[in-house]
Amino acid sequence: MTAPPLGDTEDAAAGTGTQDALHAPAGRSWRALLQPLLIVVAGLGWMLYVENEHLDSIEKRVLAPRYVAQKTWEHIELALASTAIVLVIAIPLGIALSRPRVRRATPLVLGVANIGQSAPAIGVVVLLAVIWGIGFWTAIVALVAYGMLPALRNTMVGLQQVDPTLTDAGRGIGMSAPAVLGRVELPLAAPVILAGIRTTLVLMVGTASIASFISGGGLGDLVTTGVTTQRTPVLLTGCVLIALLALLIDWLGGVATRLLAPKGL
Amino acid sequence: MPDSSPDAPDSPAAGAAPATDRAGIELINVTKRYPGQKTPAVDDVTLTVPVGEIVVLLGPSGSGKTTTMRLINRLIEPTSGKITVAGRDALGLNPTELRRHIGYVIQDAGLFPHMTVATNVGLVPQMLKWDRKRIADRVDELLDLVDLPPDQYRDRYPRELSGGQRQRVGVARALAADPPVMLMDEPFGALDPITREHLQDSLLHLQDELGKTIVFVTHDINEALKLGDRIAILDKGSRIAQFGTPQEILLNPADAYVEQFIGGGQAMRLLRFSRVADVPLQQVPEAAPGDDADAVRDRLGDTGFAVVLDERRRPVRWITAANLDGVTGPVGERGEDVADPIRGRNTLQQALETLIQSDHECVPVVGRGGVYQGTVTLATVQNAIREMRRTAERAGAGA
Repeated sequence: MTAPPLGDTEDAAAGTGTQDALHAPAGRSWRALLQPLLIVVAGLGWMLYVENEHLDSIEKRVLAPRYVAQKTWEHIELALASTAIVLVIAIPLGIALSRPRVRRATPLVLGVANIGQSAPAIGVVVLLAVIWGIGFWTAIVALVAYGMLPALRNTMVGLQQVDPTLTDAGRGIGMSAPAVLGRVELPLAAPVILAGIRTTLVLMVGTASIASFISGGGLGDLVTTGVTTQRTPVLLTGCVLIALLALLIDWLGGVATRLLAPKGL
Repeated sequence: MPDSSPDAPDSPAAGAAPATDRAGIELINVTKRYPGQKTPAVDDVTLTVPVGEIVVLLGPSGSGKTTTMRLINRLIEPTSGKITVAGRDALGLNPTELRRHIGYVIQDAGLFPHMTVATNVGLVPQMLKWDRKRIADRVDELLDLVDLPPDQYRDRYPRELSGGQRQRVGVARALAADPPVMLMDEPFGALDPITREHLQDSLLHLQDELGKTIVFVTHDINEALKLGDRIAILDKGSRIAQFGTPQEILLNPADAYVEQFIGGGQAMRLLRFSRVADVPLQQVPEAAPGDDADAVRDRLGDTGFAVVLDERRRPVRWITAANLDGVTGPVGERGEDVADPIRGRNTLQQALETLIQSDHECVPVVGRGGVYQGTVTLATVQNAIREMRRTAERAGAGA
């Protein structure tokens, strides 16, 4: 393509080099799998190490693989459920707040979301437990309040940074307002929105630990048990698994972002 | 395909009166007033864009030229007035529906970066619910039309194109559903001068074939003179300081504002911006390869030569009396090949250049499909210039 038939002077700028990068999906061979593999190996390695330590009866009971697996699953449930609820609220709200008619409400909504995030999560979770009682769903409400801001703000920022000439072009060629949103604005905002979702997920994995304060379950149980019974191996297991889970989720989020973001950007 | 058929672009759909046929776009007493602003952005503008012509809205920034253009496809709603597009009352239509039948080209092309060239070009047909096959065919046809080979460019993303190529795709997208009317908002403003020149020529060439009604916004006087069949020079509030052909504006500026805007150097500009179509062509005897030599010889008369046209009336050769000496039967392949013909859209400057470089004393002029229309000679150009100067002097004496 170095010599197009008409020899356009403007042709030189477009090279073939960028083409492959744009068309090939994120295929980076085995190295892409290195990170999750290391995380899983580290987790299993830690568990093996702990199992082979001289554990007393309390430690043995708490660190039994079945129990740890159950707590890990609870933790994942907490993170996924709260993230899902955050997204269901934050994305439509973010879209609505970027429409001209509702834009005036933006400072108010952002203010409320800010309170949710800046209030200490532990305080909120305890306060809610006093009001609604303890348990899984109370923990979820606290987590949702805590995680709303990043998802909401990324949705809004993502939509705001869409080049206005492109929305104008969309309208100009006869797209209806929903079509401009669905075919132009959301796809172009997708990378930023997806980054917001990824942040929310990681945030939720980390913060879900506090659910154990109100019997919400999760890996936080290992941490609190470790502290109250003064068993360091238990405490460390909880911390290590939460950290590894957060890393794993972050990696998954990265993969999803690469796959879901529209090509050509 | 209900009323969206691209096969009859100029027919006033929805049963409009044929009287509106001659008006591509009409703005009648159109005003746009933004709340909280004392002076209207567009103040009582009345403007007619004849079918098949390029009307350039020319003015400094802040003159409301873009606003005026955006009123036509209702990206901005007028405060008062009447607008008709291709014979239909634009204000009575659904704006979205209206815009699908008006081509829209903006600066930097405004291509959607997450869609391939083919998707971008096919957007309007897709909204008009054409079937896949028809859209694909149309996309290839349009890419060919704007000189981007479909095989190479169809599946590329805008990022992989240069600025000029993007703008070509932008034009193809605007043409997709074959709208009778096109709006172009400084489409070449962000391009380098060489590319801009190139695309301006391409646009004129396209317009030669397609004959759209085009409103073209620019602040570049030379672009306006080159592209416009007519130019509307706008002052603040979209006041039309002068509306006329490039020649009229160059030779007879309506007021000091216009004079100041167009600047000096009128004489050279006249040559550069007057078109071959604006001067009377000279007719010479014609012949066909199958014609009998004797008959052609009779036809030559005083001229001494004839132009040989092929079966589609495209000029191919000059044939002189000398070529026919002693020939009987069909004239066939005799004579010398015609140099590249010029078009009505070409400037007198280009015609002059072709004439100077040509071996022959005249150059054929062709129209749509390369069909022969007449010839231009040095005398034609000279007369045209003389005529223009005379008009200017008359106007000067009148002032």
